[in-house]
Parts: sequence; C-alpha cells; structure tokens
Amino acid sequence: MAGEKGFRKTLWVIFFLAPSLVGLLVFMIGPILSSFGLAFSSWDPLLPATFTFIGLENFVNLFADPNFWAALGHTFAYLLGFMPLVFVTGLGSALLLNRKLKGQKFFRAAFFMPVISAWVAVALLWAWIFNPEYGLVNFLLGLIGIQGPTWLFDPDWAMLAIIITSVWKDTGYHMTIYLSGLQNIPDEYYEAAAMDGANAWDRLRYITLPMLSPTIFFALIISLISSFQVFDQVWIMTGGGPAGATSTVVEQIVNSAFRYNKMGYAAALSWVLFLLVFVATVIQSRLQKRWVYE
Amino acid sequence: MNKPLAAAQAGAARKGLGGKIVVYLLLILSALVMLVPFVWMLSTSLKSTQYVLNPVPELIPNPVSLDSYARLFELFPMGTWVANSLLVAILATAGQLLTCSMAAYAFARMHFRGSNLLFLLYLATMMVPFQVTVTPLFILMRNLGWINSYQSLILPQVFSAFGTFLLRQAFQAIPRELEEAAFMEGASHWTVFTRMILPLARPALATLAVFSFMGSWNAFLWPLFVVNDPNLMTLPVGLSLLHGEHLTEWNLVMAGSVITIIPMLVVYIFAQQYLVKGFVTSGLKG
Repeated sequence: MAGEKGFRKTLWVIFFLAPSLVGLLVFMIGPILSSFGLAFSSWDPLLPATFTFIGLENFVNLFADPNFWAALGHTFAYLLGFMPLVFVTGLGSALLLNRKLKGQKFFRAAFFMPVISAWVAVALLWAWIFNPEYGLVNFLLGLIGIQGPTWLFDPDWAMLAIIITSVWKDTGYHMTIYLSGLQNIPDEYYEAAAMDGANAWDRLRYITLPMLSPTIFFALIISLISSFQVFDQVWIMTGGGPAGATSTVVEQIVNSAFRYNKMGYAAALSWVLFLLVFVATVIQSRLQKRWVYE
Repeated sequence: MNKPLAAAQAGAARKGLGGKIVVYLLLILSALVMLVPFVWMLSTSLKSTQYVLNPVPELIPNPVSLDSYARLFELFPMGTWVANSLLVAILATAGQLLTCSMAAYAFARMHFRGSNLLFLLYLATMMVPFQVTVTPLFILMRNLGWINSYQSLILPQVFSAFGTFLLRQAFQAIPRELEEAAFMEGASHWTVFTRMILPLARPALATLAVFSFMGSWNAFLWPLFVVNDPNLMTLPVGLSLLHGEHLTEWNLVMAGSVITIIPMLVVYIFAQQYLVKGFVTSGLKG
C-alpha cells in the first residue's frame, strides 16, 4: 500500500474525516438520538424546567388523537392519488421522449422546469391557478360548461388540487428516472422483436415493462416515501385546511412543535413517520428480489 | 419486390408517420400543460393590480407593467431576501463540497479499519427523514442562541451523507496508478487529494455543487423553523409570508415567485447535465 503508514496515516484519516464526522454527529446522530429521547418526554421550549420523562404517554396520546388518524388518513389519500398518477405521467413522458425527436431538449426542459422550481413558488402559483373565481382551471372548466368547485376552499376538493399540483411538479423527476432506466435496455431486444412482427403494444408489454421493472419499482418507492413526507405544498396552499381536510403527518409535526410547543409529541409523531418510511424501504429491498425481473 | 411486402412496408411507413404525429401531439399538449402555468405566473406578475382579477384570464398582459416588482421591493425587504438566499446557498454549497470531498477521499482512497462500518452509518442516516431530526435540531440552535442567525441557516446544510456517497463513488472510479507514482515521489495525501483526485472528479463535484445549491435555494422547512426575523429570511420563507399578508395581490405574489425561480432556471441552462445527474443519483440513494 502506498502512502504513509501507521500513526501518520491514522492522523491523515482523522484529518480527512473530521469535518464530515463532526457534522454527522452534531446534525444527524445527535438529533436522531435526542429525538428518540424527546419522544418519551414532555418538553415545552418556553418553560425549560418542564423537561420530564413520561414514558409512552406521547404515543398513547397520539394514538388516541383523532387529528392524528385524520392526518394519517389524508396522507394515505394523497399517496393513493399521487402515486398512480405520477407513475403514469412520469413513465408516459419518458416513453414519449425516449426516441429521436425534433425539439427533444425543449420538451425535456419543459418537463424539468417544475422540478427545479422551489416548492413555495409552485404552490403559490397553483393556489392562484385554482383560485375559484379568477383562476385558470375554473375558467377552462367554464369553457366546457362546467362550474368548477372552489378547490382549496372546499374540504372535498382541496386534496385533489394538492395532488394535481404535486403530480405536475414531480412528473419531470420521475421522467428522468425512467429515461435513465429505458436507456439501459439494449436495442437488440427491440430489433429482434420487430423481426418477429411485434407491434408497439407487444414491445411495451413484453420488453420495455419487464426490463424496466427494477426502475419502476424503485420510482414507486420514491414516490411512496415522498408522499409520507408531503408538507411544503400543504403548508402554503391550505395550511392543512379547510377544516383540517388536508392536514398531513408532517404538517402535524410542524404544528405540534411550533404552534403548540409540544416538542415531545412532535418527536413521537416524527418516529411514526420514520416507521412508515422504514417499512417502505424494507418492503423495497425484500420484494425487489421477488417481483422484479432482472 | 413482391406486392404484399411492398404493401406491408408502405403500411408500416404510414403507421410510422401516424404514430409520429400522435407522439408530437401528445408532447406538445403536455409541454403546454407544463409551461402555460409558468406563462401565467409571468403574465400575472406583469399586470398592475387593477387588471389581475379578470374573469376572462389574459395570458398576455395589456398593458405590461413592472409595478408589482417595484411595489414588492418597496413593501418587503426583497433585496435582503435574495441576498440571504444567495449567501446561504453559496456558503452551504462550498461547505458541503469541502466536507463531503474530504470524507469521500478517506472512504474511497485510504484503507482504514472500520471504514465500511462507518460508511454504512452514513448510508443509514440517509434513510431517516429530515422531519425526525428537525425538532431536536431546532432545540439545539435555540440552546446555542442561534435562532435568527446565518449559522443556523447554513451549518446544518454543510454536512451531507448523500454528497459523501456521491463523491465516494466518483473517487473510487479513478485509477490508482497515478497516485501510487505520486506517493513514490513523496507526495502527501493532501497533495494527491487537491492536485489529482479533485481535478479528475470535476463532473461529480459539479453535480454535487448544483444539486446542493438547488437544495439550499429551494429549502423551506428548515429556514421556516429557525428564522422569524424578516431581515434574515430566505426567499421561500419571505415569499410564504408575503402570501399571508397580501393574499389577494396575486401580481405581487407571482412577481416574488418569478424572482425565486429565475436563478434556478439560469443554473439549469448552464449546468443541465449535472442537475439531471444529481436527480438520478439522489433517487438511487433510497
């Protein structure tokens, strides 16, 4: 092995790792551990003396709180709308763009623009687009004779508006993932299929989808995890309303911590969120082997 | 050429043309869906207040007015927000490049006991959602007296497990022969790191740079937590404030959104391939 040996080498390793390790300890490991401790405590930041260990009380309160179950329900409602839609738009746009085309760069940029835009700007834009009286959506609906709902002001429609906004923003991201997967499928497969007289549908069904299954699986898990964490758009567009109809798990974490100063409760909630993400990740690694054609 | 074959080929060509038209129609339609909202954002921002609330939306503002931009800078510390966002994003990116590339060098090019285990720890932290650490991080900043400070905005972003992971992969791909010769001649690890590894890994560094710049520029949750002094806000937080106070003045809100989006658009135009690469890799971490 080249380079210094023994003690000098150890010093070099420490030198190179130190800045990152300090960051890892202070900003990741430390907060993760104290978040765990916090979940079993009661602590109000305005009264520093009130830090007390309360065992499972936060979790007991959590599971008894109808607001928590409502938020969990809304998060799953979001997930059920967002996941299939972004799968279709992401894969669809990737399939359309995975060929030689005039203006390919332009089209890819068009799909990518929402991806690079700040969520806050996108959420504000769509809050304006969904404006009941002067927004684009209800104007277009009006053109075909439909009186649009009041969207973000209507508990029955607010979540759908948030889902549509999120699909619009994330389509380009999923398109990018699918495109990188599509480019790994060897052309020979398609040439052979064309020789055998396979039509476009056959090629999609028997070559593209099976060969793309690892990518599809992976993109679905990403959209699942991001669904659990949905926050920015909710916070800006509805603030969890109207009448709590779009309150989600992360929105409750933020509100518990900063509106109600219930730090322990917020930490407990965040561990429930972690559990959801963790289960999704485990499912991914387990099922990938079984379902996915490789 | 026999007749049926010729007919089949002509049919295929016709179908190919038909298919092409369908593909282009679908693409143009979806490009409209993606871009019209941005046009609407820009056009709203170029209307003066009395023309904004129009039951028949006008995509081309008439008359065009920069009024909303002027009022935005007049009513809010917009210049400060832009400067704060730039400062935080640039320093966070520079810091992240330094800490990540140094750690990645140790992981990729130096064999030391426990390196695999330690790297596994890095990977494990990527699985923990930010929302888990945000409350204790906030408490930490509060105990340090760093609420409403640049430190609290910047420092937590200086460390990144994802960045370390991305650069480690790039560094590993660099052949070893080069540095062995350098070590023979008595070069130190620092020389090899700065003179050989970093220049050879420029694309990966650029990927991390644009990606972390974007992450910082667009960040909302963390700055929302640690800053409530308007003079220390970053653009996204300021923008959300503006929405609350001037709910109905959509031209102001849209002008603020335009200003927030433009820098990222510039980054995209100049560093497109790095941004896309960053997104593909960030997906792979999951």
